[in-house]
Parts: sequence; structure tokens; C-alpha cells
Amino acid sequence: MVRLVAFLVGLFFSGMLLLGLGDTVITAIKEPAVPSVEAEFHEETLPVSFAHDGPLGKYDRGELQRGLKVYSEVCAACHSLKLVSFRDFAALGYSEEQVKALAKAWKTEVPSINPETGEPATRPAIPADKIPSPFANEVAARAANNNALPPDLSLITKARENGPAYLYSLLLGYRDQAGYKNEDGKELLKEFPEAATPAGLHFNPWFANLNIAMAAPIVSDDQVTYDDGTKATKEQMARDVSAFLTWAAEPKMENRKSAGWAALGFLLVFTVLAWMSYKTIWADKKH
Amino acid sequence: MSFPWAQEYKPQGTVSKWVDERLPLPRLVYNAVGAGYPVPRNLNYFWNFGVLAGVALVIQIVTGIVLAMHYYASVDGAFNSVEHIMRDVNSGWFIRYAHMNGASFFFIVVYIHIFRGLFYGSYKAPREMIWLLGVTIFLLMMATAFMGYVLPWGQMSFWGAQVITGFFSAIPLVGEPLRQLLLGGFAPDQAALNRFFSLHYLLPFVIAGVIILHIWALHIPGSSNPTGVSVKGEQDTVPFHPYYTAKDGFGLGIFLIFFVAVTFFAPNMLGHPDNYIPANPLSTPAHIVPEWYFLPFYAILKAFTVDFGIPFTGIILIPAKLMGVLAMFGSILLLFFLPWLDTSPVRSGHYRPLFRKFFWYGLIPSLAILTYCGGKPPYTQWVVLSQIAAAYYFAHFLIILPIVSRIERPLPLPNSITEAVTGKPLPAAA
Repeated sequence: MVRLVAFLVGLFFSGMLLLGLGDTVITAIKEPAVPSVEAEFHEETLPVSFAHDGPLGKYDRGELQRGLKVYSEVCAACHSLKLVSFRDFAALGYSEEQVKALAKAWKTEVPSINPETGEPATRPAIPADKIPSPFANEVAARAANNNALPPDLSLITKARENGPAYLYSLLLGYRDQAGYKNEDGKELLKEFPEAATPAGLHFNPWFANLNIAMAAPIVSDDQVTYDDGTKATKEQMARDVSAFLTWAAEPKMENRKSAGWAALGFLLVFTVLAWMSYKTIWADKKH
Repeated sequence: MSFPWAQEYKPQGTVSKWVDERLPLPRLVYNAVGAGYPVPRNLNYFWNFGVLAGVALVIQIVTGIVLAMHYYASVDGAFNSVEHIMRDVNSGWFIRYAHMNGASFFFIVVYIHIFRGLFYGSYKAPREMIWLLGVTIFLLMMATAFMGYVLPWGQMSFWGAQVITGFFSAIPLVGEPLRQLLLGGFAPDQAALNRFFSLHYLLPFVIAGVIILHIWALHIPGSSNPTGVSVKGEQDTVPFHPYYTAKDGFGLGIFLIFFVAVTFFAPNMLGHPDNYIPANPLSTPAHIVPEWYFLPFYAILKAFTVDFGIPFTGIILIPAKLMGVLAMFGSILLLFFLPWLDTSPVRSGHYRPLFRKFFWYGLIPSLAILTYCGGKPPYTQWVVLSQIAAAYYFAHFLIILPIVSRIERPLPLPNSITEAVTGKPLPAAA
């Protein structure tokens, strides 16, 4: 009885799947899938490597400090970094005094109240504060940005596939759409005339749907003046800020990797000992 | 417990004797996983995975309890509380990454454990009850893992909850009220998050309870073995301790090396980037995909594309969506009937030439295809592949296996485990 019911159920499910298969194939032949503009013109991330890549990689403190400078002078005008506190910047190699100074000099102040009147007010940041957001709330952020919401950047490199390289590519990926060709030599506006970038958006083949609300943030060399004398090329700035935001998303990465090596070393010894005791105990038993 | 030659627990010293007369707990442990449990001497490394699954559960419970001390089940605070654990709690990043990847590794070892059972016929008499309890554990694990994935309240958490609870709304008449009952609202929200947290904390202990029954049921007939030939005498077995405790210790070392390598060096490899975006009910992700261990079942769900109805009348009896949901649950529930579908008296796949062909060239590839296609967007090539693979999956268990058991001529079995170990080698695989 079990086998008869099973046979019928199996016949039903498999049969419906094969019917569906026929349906899928017929539909595919009758109405072949139209290639989408994203499939044809979306670009893979640019090849870029960082000091922190790989199981032995460590953050480059100089790079992180330069990246912070790019963030604070360029990105922070629109993008918040809500999960990071000023005190965390000690990990970038700043002294306690420098962190205090950084917090105090931050362009946006921290919302507070006037201690005398209780009226809303702002005060300079202290190391214990999270990085203050450039906009008071989502409505204000959208109002200032053509109804687009600049995402918080605290986790941005973990929230995108291959995040650090994606960010680097996106920052450098603004192109003129007129006459833009992909590697196969296909011209976008000739193949997909209806895909012209709408007003208020910006063409960037590294963005998922090719049109991003953010205007190119890094527009010219020396947009930022680095304290360590590094020449601020566009590539350098994109790299540095990508490294900085990787740190912001994964501040404990160095602890993680060093703990990982210690754990692996311990386990290797443990496993060898366990293997030896296994062999010793089984020595007289054929199995 | 199982064999007359099992060593008996003899308490040494007055304290052990005193305890043994009042609460023979050490005796129970001795008989369960000590020298009092005789085990076939020919087990291969596939038999390590039961113990490893137990270890994985312990890792999940220990890390999970610590996480719950710092986690805050609120739609406004859950996401940030997870990041608080990652950034500010001492070694919180380790606890969280271990728990996150621990879930994946729990499924990896359980899938290998199930594979072992399927190939070596561990579900057959007299071990049906062990198998039934095992499938129950698997179902409980899936429920627990799903609810755990919702807790960080990222984009995939939210939309995963939306999609999975949406399955219930496919049920005619009672579907939508049932879904609202499960969620405590019209969409995943505070009520859903709270109850998922509560159940996510409860179910692992239910799993632990069913595992006790699973092991209890195992100790009645004793462990199976790669030849599938029953134990005939003392020479066929060795005491669990020290023989298999030593072998399991080695297996545990290898398992932990893999676990540690992923947890410390590629902790987000098995996750989805979208879950680092806070849940937003107004923005649907481009592709909603579940965790990798659900992908084969997700592929089965999506493979049903035509309604079942009376031809040329337009009357639909079972819509495609409902059929997908039924098939997805059915694909797991059919495992409950496996002991009665595969009627061959030969347990081990080694001695079943026809079974072995369907197993290696049919079932395993179709599961691999389903896992791969489950994570792909619904383009024609992936839909076609999953439809073929899913059709084979159902046919394998429900049609092919009962027929194979009937027509197959098994290879000659060794007379005993000892003979297999000392004399005739096992026939080569495949």
C-alpha cells in the first residue's frame, strides 16, 4: 500500500515537473529571453588588491588614515557612519589626544540639548560619540539628495559582493554615456536607446542598474590634501577610502586572523596527537 | 546493552559504588559511549559524523546562549545589537562568527551523516526508528536555522521570513489566516521577531531531547557497518571506548580545522551580503535566496511552473505555487517512508550494483544540480535543470527505489564482518 501510494505520488510530481519542463522549453523557444541592458553592460569589479587581503593581511595604518581623510572631507557630506565611534579611530594609529582633536573638529556636531533651557542644541563631539550623521533624519537626507537616500557606510563593504573592490570600481566608474562601448565593442545607446540615463541620475556601469543617484564624488586629483605627502590621485583616494571603509565594517579583522592562526596551530598539534593515539589503540586490530 | 559480551560497568571505590546504587548515571554513560557499548570493528570515517553532529549542536548551544546575553530582539534594535556584539563585546566577533558558520557546519556534517545512512542502508530493519527520529531532528534543525537567520533582522532575514511564511498562504482557505497566526501580524514585524527568538532558543533543546531518543534507539540493535552484515559474535566488535573515542577524537580534529579555517579566515563566505543591510520592508532585494543548506528544497519549490487542472476547461485543481510548496515539504517527508520503499534485504550499497548506479549517477548529481540552481535567478537554463533534477529526485525515491529493490541481484555478502575485514576486500565503489 505504501509503495502503491508512493508510486502514484512520485508519478504525479515527476510528471508535473516534466510537463513544466516542456512548458519552459516551449516558452523559451516561442519567446526567447531578451538580453537586458544590465546583463550586457554591467561591469565586473576592477582588479585591485589591498594590504589587508588574504589570511596574513593586515591593515595599512597610513592607508586607513588617508581613507579617513577622504571620508571626512568627501563622503561625510552625505553618508553617515553610524556604527563607528571616534574612540575606534585609536585603531588607525591615532593617539588619545589626536582622537579627541578629531572628534572636536568634526564638521557635524552631536545633537544635544541646551543645559539651561532644554531647547534642542548641538555640541562638539567627544571620543565616546558615534560619528554624527550629516542629516537629522531620512526625510532631511532625501530632501537634500533629489529623493535618494545616501546609505550608511558602516557596513557597506560587507553588504556588497566583493565589497572593497566594488567600492573602488564604483568610485572610479563614472563614464560619459554618449558613445559608451563595452569590451565587445557594443555601443550602449545604439543597442538600448531606451536605456539612456534619466535626468538626476548618473551613468556608472559598475552600479547594479547602471544609473546611480550619487554624482561622481571623486572628480579630480588633489581633491584632498594628504597629511603624509602622498600624491592624492583619483585612484589613490578611491583605494584609501575603500580600505578605510573595509576597516569600518570589520574593525576586528586583525584580531580575527591572529586568533585564527593560534587556533589552527593548536588544532594541528591536537589532531596529530589524536591520530597517533588512534593508530596506537588500533595497532592490534585489523579493520 | 545490545550484545551479551558487552563489558559490564564495575564501580571502583566506595564513592562510585555509593553513586551507582543510588543514581547509576556513570553506568549509563559507560554503556552508551564507553567500553560497555560494542561497535562493529569495520566502521569507516563516514561513521564519525554522528558524533560530529553532536559536537556541532553543542557549539551552537554554547555560542547561542552567550549571543542571547547581548542580543536584543527588537525590530529597531536587533541589527545594531548584532553589530554591538561584533564591535564592542569582548571576543563577540568570534562568538557571532562561530555561531553563524557553526550552523553551516552543522548542516554539512548532518548532510554527510544522512548520505552515510542512505548509501549504507542504515534506515533498514531493525533500525527504522533511528531513521525516523533522525528525519525528525533534520526537520527541527531546518526550523531552528530558518528562525535563527531571521534574528539579525537584515534584508535577507526579513525577506526570507516573508517568503517562507508565504508558503503557508498557498494552502487553500486556511492559508492566509494560518500565515497571520504564525507571524502574529500581516507581515514579519516585532511579534514575529519575538516569537522566532523564543522558538530559536527553545528548539535546540528539543533537538537535544530527540537526539537522546535517536541514540537510545541506536543502542537497541547497535551500530550498522559498511558491509551491512549483522554482528555475529564478539570478534566482530570492539568496545566504543577506547577504540572509537580515539577515532572520533581524530575526526573531531579534522572537522575543527575546517571549521576554524572558515570561521576565522572567510567568515562571510557562506552568508549573503544583503544581510548586512538592515531590514527594509519597503525595498525588496533583487534575488531573495535562502541559506545554502536550503537551496535544493528552494529549487524544488521553484521548479513547479504549471498548474494542475482539467485540460481544455481552464479549471485549476492545484495551482503551481501550492504544488511547489507541497513538493518541497514532500521531498523531506518522503524520507519518513524510505524504510518501506527500499525493500531490499541487503543494506550496504557496496553489494547492490543497480542501486549503486542510480545512487551515484542519479541521486547525487540531481541533489548537486538542485543545490546549484536553487541559488540562481529564474532564467530558462536554471529552471530546466532544476525541473529535470527535481523530477529525478522524486522518481528516485518513490518509483525507482522500490523497483530496483525488487529486480536487483545483489552481490554475494561476506559471511561475517571479521571475514570481510581479514579476508575478502569490499568491492570497489561505483
